[in-house]
Amino acid sequence: MTSRVLNLVLKRLGIAAITLLIVLFAVFFATSMLPGDTASMLLGQAATPEAVAGLREAMHLNDPAILRFLRWLLGLLHGDLGTSYANEMPIATLIGGRLVNTMKLAGITALLSVPLALTLGITAAMLRGSVYDRTVTILSIGLISVPEFMVATLAVLLFAVYLKWLPALSSVNEAHSLTDLVRIYAMPVITLTFVISAQMIRMTRAAVIETLSTPYVEMALLKGASRIRMVMRHALPNALGPIVNAVALSLSYLVGGVIIVETIFNYPGIAKLMVDAVATRDLPLIQSCAMIFCLGYLLLITTADIIAIVSNPRLR
Amino acid sequence: MSNLVEVRNLKIEARTDSGRLVEIIKGVSLDIAEGEIVALIGESGSGKTTVALSLMGHARPGCRITGGEINVNGKNMAAFSEKERARLRGTDIAYVPQSAAASFNPSSTIMEQVIEVTRIHKLMPPEQARQRAIELFRALSLPDPEGIGARYPHQVSGGQLQRLAAAMALIGDPKLMIFDEPTTALDVTTQIDVLKAFKSVMRAGGIAGVYVSHDLAVVAQIADRIVVLKGGEVQETGTTADILSAAQHPYTRELLAAFEPKPRQIQATGDSAANPLLRVNNLTAGYGPVKPDRQPVVRAVDSVSLVVEKGRNLGIIGESGCGKSTLARAIAGIHPAAAGDIVFDGKDLQRAAGKRSREQLREMQIVFQYADTALNPAKAVEDIISRPLVFYHGLDRQARSKRVDELLDMVRLPKTLRYRHPSELSGGQKQRVNFARALAADPKLIICDEITSALDTVVASAVIELLKDLQRELGLSYIFISHDLSVVETICDQIMVMYNGERVEQITPDKLKAPSHPYSKLLFSSVPKLDPTWLDGLVRDPELVSQYGHR
Repeated sequence: MTSRVLNLVLKRLGIAAITLLIVLFAVFFATSMLPGDTASMLLGQAATPEAVAGLREAMHLNDPAILRFLRWLLGLLHGDLGTSYANEMPIATLIGGRLVNTMKLAGITALLSVPLALTLGITAAMLRGSVYDRTVTILSIGLISVPEFMVATLAVLLFAVYLKWLPALSSVNEAHSLTDLVRIYAMPVITLTFVISAQMIRMTRAAVIETLSTPYVEMALLKGASRIRMVMRHALPNALGPIVNAVALSLSYLVGGVIIVETIFNYPGIAKLMVDAVATRDLPLIQSCAMIFCLGYLLLITTADIIAIVSNPRLR
Repeated sequence: MSNLVEVRNLKIEARTDSGRLVEIIKGVSLDIAEGEIVALIGESGSGKTTVALSLMGHARPGCRITGGEINVNGKNMAAFSEKERARLRGTDIAYVPQSAAASFNPSSTIMEQVIEVTRIHKLMPPEQARQRAIELFRALSLPDPEGIGARYPHQVSGGQLQRLAAAMALIGDPKLMIFDEPTTALDVTTQIDVLKAFKSVMRAGGIAGVYVSHDLAVVAQIADRIVVLKGGEVQETGTTADILSAAQHPYTRELLAAFEPKPRQIQATGDSAANPLLRVNNLTAGYGPVKPDRQPVVRAVDSVSLVVEKGRNLGIIGESGCGKSTLARAIAGIHPAAAGDIVFDGKDLQRAAGKRSREQLREMQIVFQYADTALNPAKAVEDIISRPLVFYHGLDRQARSKRVDELLDMVRLPKTLRYRHPSELSGGQKQRVNFARALAADPKLIICDEITSALDTVVASAVIELLKDLQRELGLSYIFISHDLSVVETICDQIMVMYNGERVEQITPDKLKAPSHPYSKLLFSSVPKLDPTWLDGLVRDPELVSQYGHR
């Protein structure tokens, strides 16, 4: 790796850090603009105005927003996410287990969907125009168009209600054996795989087809290379950038966008936690969740960009 | 079977975007003997590349070999399966592409790609293949034959890549090599080295070749026989000497005629010398961040001065990267100069086009090389030409329509073309529309940036004639930028030679035989001549070549 690549990578990381700061700022002020007053929410309808005023004072809600933002930021730097307004528990404890659950679901889905989508995308590109290619294309476009709650509901209807093979709810805590685990994760993972694979298949296919039409792939053909060699050695390495980006974009959905799936299967993940937090005006919790989503997104996109930079031969 | 290659009644069909089937090769037959080099020449779209590729049993996507026989070394490629063809590609028949720069995989080293043929066909162990490749690099007189293989394609110059592509073709010891316009993308001084290298390895190995080109002068240097193609049919076949001296077919004669120099008559000089149309003083332009002394980091044009007189033409000639296009863009204000003055028609011009008055913009127009990208594909020809009529002259619909007809007439295009879109026009027609758009502004000066480079010889010479006629009718001045000396020679009164961002010499066409600057000498002597003995007899001063022929 040359200093030029290192330079570009460092620059990219710098941009990511600046983006993170802007995102934190946006998250903080967006949540403070939520309607309703936290103090009166917490105390309920019977609260006296004096009690509400007292609580506001105690929670520093009267301080200027910028001061609260800086205080929050300082806390983050110390690893202190704050305390939940709703149940006085440290946010870190509330999020901890939920985050692990979400990461588990995301990890299993990624492990299943990425290889599947890449294989389908690459083979469809290789056999462009064939019946196989058209089938993959129609199915993936179909899947993009069907909303996930539809897929999830149909899956529940089929596997849980009619066939009774799988439980309708995914309660992680009841898993005692490997079969239990498989049964619990099967439906959410399949639903999510359906949702995120389509995009990856389409992008991979397009990127590979694009590089397959370049003169250097034709050159490989005229050297007598087999189709597999043309794709694996000549097309794929040059299509890596767009493919990695498509994968990162799709995977980022697994962090923040899984709320519907988590709700339908009653899966105790972080997206569900955030929606519950919105209902109780639990500002620190909302902020922390939003921050984690953004962080996950940023991490994936930055990684994709760095892979694209490092894999670019012109920078070697 | 006596010949190495015998093609009989070859037919190839192509499917157009609208799904229609068109026969693009209509029964071509040709023979190539062992060790013979046959050139396929013709304009773009004549099917020369398609025929050449069919010798490898390959038809580009959308095309299909529908009939005939392609016997290479006793095997009928047309009847083979794709797998059987693949076995012969790279071993029996090898290919040298038009643009080596695009035909090398950017993410793999040169050595890896050169010896790939030996890996695919399991010809020899990799270590032996590497040794063989280094020998070939040496035979093709590449610099640093030991180390060049470890580099990536973007780290090597165009001329070197073209020779590396030949090494890649030679490694499988082919009986037949197919060269697909291998020097078209190169500068003339580089082209000579590449041609010489090709010729010597082909001769040494007794390898037969097919050389696809539209440049008769280049073909004359390397081919034993010439096959002239047009519209997917063979027009004429003959030995190189015969074709050059006694061409039978009218189309071949037309091709040859395009090579005849038609020097421009020197017109009587008026009082224009005292009152030049354009005067550029010490213009500097470049790219990258601006340094504290207000000079750009990369200086593409370095204090160039020039004068264009009224009704006269200035040619600017130089190799790719010499800064000639940047100079044109700086004069037009598209790429504002970093320093220098531009005086147009007696008035100082702002460096940036955005700060010039509309009238000043109108009087100086620029025409770009690629009409394909310069014309909006979504607009009809009449809309494209109407745009400057509205912008500069504020014409109403009726006047506009009349003027569009006039302009189309001026560039010798039928009026009915006005409703067409650029994609429905030929290359020459597009360039004429491109030019008509510049004319619509009623300019005094037109900057032509390589406007004939993307056109075939015959079409280009017709465009040049048109430019001359228009100049006579309208009293225009041109700045004519090109890398092609013969084009500049026919239209310009003064020729400025640029090298490395600087002006090295300015001469008149009648003194072209005796340039004074060493670089001009090298450049002018590198332009191929129709004489088949030209390349072998060419002696170049090695000191000059090492000083200027660095690419």
